[in-house]
Amino acid sequence: MSDKTQVSESRREEASLLPPVDVIEDANGITLYADLPGVPKDRLNLQIDADTLTIEGEVALDMPEGMEATHAEVSLPRYRRVFTLSKELDSGRVGAEFQHGVLKLRIPKAEHAQPRKIAVQVV
Amino acid sequence: MIYRSQFPRDLFAEMDRLQREMAQAFDWSPSIRGLTRGFPAMNVGSTPKSVEIYAFVPGIDPNALEVQIEKGVLTIAGERKAETAGENATLHIDERFAGRFRRVVTLPDDVDPNNVTAHYRDGVLHVSVARREAAQPRRIAIQ
Repeated sequence: MSDKTQVSESRREEASLLPPVDVIEDANGITLYADLPGVPKDRLNLQIDADTLTIEGEVALDMPEGMEATHAEVSLPRYRRVFTLSKELDSGRVGAEFQHGVLKLRIPKAEHAQPRKIAVQVV
Repeated sequence: MIYRSQFPRDLFAEMDRLQREMAQAFDWSPSIRGLTRGFPAMNVGSTPKSVEIYAFVPGIDPNALEVQIEKGVLTIAGERKAETAGENATLHIDERFAGRFRRVVTLPDDVDPNNVTAHYRDGVLHVSVARREAAQPRRIAIQ
């Protein structure tokens, strides 16, 4: 699983923020956490196309009418990050949870890629 | 290092690493972590009637957030737990903030500290502090 956001960013017109992620791998798969604060559930867009995982979200804040921004650190209303999944991951069985602005993705490894212990024989 | 350049384990990984280091050095990629500013990231706005503060604190139990106003200073503090990698698990990317945090904002003089509302939704804490009546702009009729 590798990050190719930088590459894809140059091809795109719309500027977006790069959400921070944690990626943890265990024997059975990969767990990804991404911080997407301000994105309601219906504005989150997850896509897996062949071996490419795209995480996109649009920020929607309740702003009173006539508000003028005086200081902005989250200065763009959009998050986007793209990853390449490796072959042993089973992209058909991805589980996703989204709560309090944190996305949790679980991508299991395909059956054939599960670890097997190989006995070494001394000849 | 000579060792690394003589035996690149994976050319693409090396290029990725170089690109990341460059991006970090020149601050190309917009980061919501805002390394120099700390966690949580904040947006502040104002209207004639109120001051609106948005703190981007994803993944936190709203009851564990400490929000207080004292002497015209708004403080937002709390703690975010790290996701623990279990035994035999490998942490490949570790970018999300974990640990205790505290951020402080000085409010304008004309706010009313007794008239504050705070909401937490989708990982964003929105604090709205009303301005005092007297401070609101009034149109003066010209005779």
